Amino acid sequence: MLKTFRIGGIHPKENKLTAQCPVTMVDIPRQVSLMLNQHIGAPAKCIVKKGDLVKVGTLVAEAGGFVSANIHSPVSGTVSKVDQAANAFGVCTPTIVIDTNGDEWEESIDRSTELNETIELSPEEIIQKITQSGIVGLGGATFPTHVKLMPPKEFKPTVLIINATECEPYLTDDHALMLESPEQILVGCRILMKSIGVNHAYIGIENNKKDAIALLEQMAKKYPGIEIVALRTRYPQGGEKQLIDAILHKQVANGALPVSTGAIVQNVGTAFAVYEAVQKNKPLVDRIVTVTGDGIARPGNYRVRLGMPIRELIEVAGGLPSDTSKVILGGPMMGKAISNLDAPIPKGCSGILILNEGHAHRGTPSPCIRCGKCVSVCPMGLEPYLLAKLSENHLFEKAEKESITACLECGCCAYSCPSNRPILDYIRIGKNAVNQIIRSRKQS
Amino acid sequence: MELTVSPAPHIHGNLTVSQCMYNVIIALLPAFAVSLYFFGIGALIVTLSSILSCVIIEYLIQKYLLKEKPSIGNGSAILTGFLLGLNLPSNLPIWIVIIGAVAAIGITKMAFGGLGNNLFNPALAGRVFLLISFPTYMTQWPVPGASRWSYTDAETGATLLSKLKEEGYQWIDQVDITNLWIGNQGGSLGEVGAIALLLGFAFLLYRRIISWHIPVSIFATVFLFSLALGLGAEGGNLQDAHIWQGAFDFALIQLLSGGLLLGAIYMATDYVTSPMTSKGMVIYGIGIGILTVVIRQWGGYPEGVSFAILIMNAFTPLINNYIKPKRFGRA
Repeated sequence: MLKTFRIGGIHPKENKLTAQCPVTMVDIPRQVSLMLNQHIGAPAKCIVKKGDLVKVGTLVAEAGGFVSANIHSPVSGTVSKVDQAANAFGVCTPTIVIDTNGDEWEESIDRSTELNETIELSPEEIIQKITQSGIVGLGGATFPTHVKLMPPKEFKPTVLIINATECEPYLTDDHALMLESPEQILVGCRILMKSIGVNHAYIGIENNKKDAIALLEQMAKKYPGIEIVALRTRYPQGGEKQLIDAILHKQVANGALPVSTGAIVQNVGTAFAVYEAVQKNKPLVDRIVTVTGDGIARPGNYRVRLGMPIRELIEVAGGLPSDTSKVILGGPMMGKAISNLDAPIPKGCSGILILNEGHAHRGTPSPCIRCGKCVSVCPMGLEPYLLAKLSENHLFEKAEKESITACLECGCCAYSCPSNRPILDYIRIGKNAVNQIIRSRKQS
Repeated sequence: MELTVSPAPHIHGNLTVSQCMYNVIIALLPAFAVSLYFFGIGALIVTLSSILSCVIIEYLIQKYLLKEKPSIGNGSAILTGFLLGLNLPSNLPIWIVIIGAVAAIGITKMAFGGLGNNLFNPALAGRVFLLISFPTYMTQWPVPGASRWSYTDAETGATLLSKLKEEGYQWIDQVDITNLWIGNQGGSLGEVGAIALLLGFAFLLYRRIISWHIPVSIFATVFLFSLALGLGAEGGNLQDAHIWQGAFDFALIQLLSGGLLLGAIYMATDYVTSPMTSKGMVIYGIGIGILTVVIRQWGGYPEGVSFAILIMNAFTPLINNYIKPKRFGRA
């Protein structure tokens, strides 16, 4: 029996069109834009001005606090603008624009491709290096990685979990990375283990990536303490709480930190970035992005410099089909539909998904027939139909009692609803209202 | 290019309300075929008139009374009509069927706000309305296979359970249980063929339209409760293997007759009127099982499934209010 999480979940059509596409290098863009708030936490502070010359890897913005991240230039060239620019959703955000000139890298970066297995740095130095390199959770959450590696003192990490589930349909960037750089991932995993002082790590991979499981299992023999765990393919297994439950059979208590179970979870892409930062001195300047969807001419897994305009990457993949109706950053279950294709690719962009007319629109909602499907698929054991109803009627106190804040917004409820009800939309509204109520209660 | 922007999720599982309804209708077809075989033309007339009147009544109410877009295409009225028909004797005059449809759709469903808002199962409420209003018509059961080409003038007889109630426990020795499996028994036209009904159950489970919780907890409760009653009636000497055999037969008869399978699989699992959580479903199922046996054993009616389900329908909001799913991360 393959392991999996214990409550709810769905198995949507996987649609991993690009599962067998090797990683393709994309040409250096002529211009990149770096948003200062592309991670969770405080925005970074710009430390360059118009006209400054930068190289690949030059620090251009400093973390604006503990929960924040550095930003480095992904290209060499000249800073042409530090100004507000529209992000993918059309919202103006402070952005550094750099015009590319050549491809000159910071001398400190080791650009050789050979594997470096020896971890010389101490745990403190590793975390410092990760902090400096601007690494954030690359699964899409963009939570600064160093923060997760320094849990509150009362919690002692006992195990590291690498999230390589890639449970969202369509996305294959983690899969491609595992096939491309298995040993780098394993060394990255060892580095993370050393940084938090644990001897054991699990790499959780869903069973729809059998080749990656086999490859990593074989490679992992050389790396004591790392265990590959094949998981039953099921969404939302990549949710931090679900993954801990699947692998350790422990459920994070409501409101507690995941590390209270002893586990620290990091994405597999993050582990690779950690390897590059610690062993090669390379800050986070590029990543793999899956470009996929209906009618795309060259769907694939592309290694791109961060800050490249989304439109240009879509051009590389063959351009937008004429019947495109929706462009999504991330996967179809939790990704965000965007309106501005000229916006740059942020650190957390795992994929660009293109949907045509036929798939982009929701069905017309009809009355709830109380079938209970939303209850049975909810991975948090909530009652989505009830939460949506309470939120619709502004009964927020009742919604709080029914644990609306525990919702992780995975979308299983709306996905499964035969009446096409916008369950999750209402829950999001209610969750925001309840969180506001809780905050104001704390203040008074 | 105009891009659509909407919140996640961006894909849907493609399950629709009408799919749920039509799957249940498909699941009922084997049982309907059995009733056509045993009750002939009457079964066809009653079922068709029930479906037609339910659909027409819903259409008229939506169009002219509520002035909203009729939603008969979602199959819900068809299913209600089909189920109501299967719950009636095959010699019931059409005018009574129409009254049943008015009670089911007009009163039980539409008066409460239409699909999703009704408290009671429409088809069952319609049936019980007729049972109380027309007790003579509703307890004349055509003899299976006796007069396939006659309708209201079909030869009638008693159902197995009413006979059992009259004759007493010892009469079970005379029952050939094979007849119950294939459907050769008197009763409402859709409730007789156990194998056909179970086939539909398997189909619904396979298509994940319903879960096992409600039917299985009803089966288990009715079987165990009846087994205990049987053992009591046999004198209670548990060492005697023969006693176990008799009690087992008694319990099996309770399971395979009197509309229990039809009720447990197709009526008690009605989405709208049954609980939302699996724990709640089990409680609801056990409640139906206990009430059914109590009514059969000590009540005035030989069959009790309809009443049991309607009573538990009334408890569904209460169950939903107090029985919560197991929340993640809480003991």
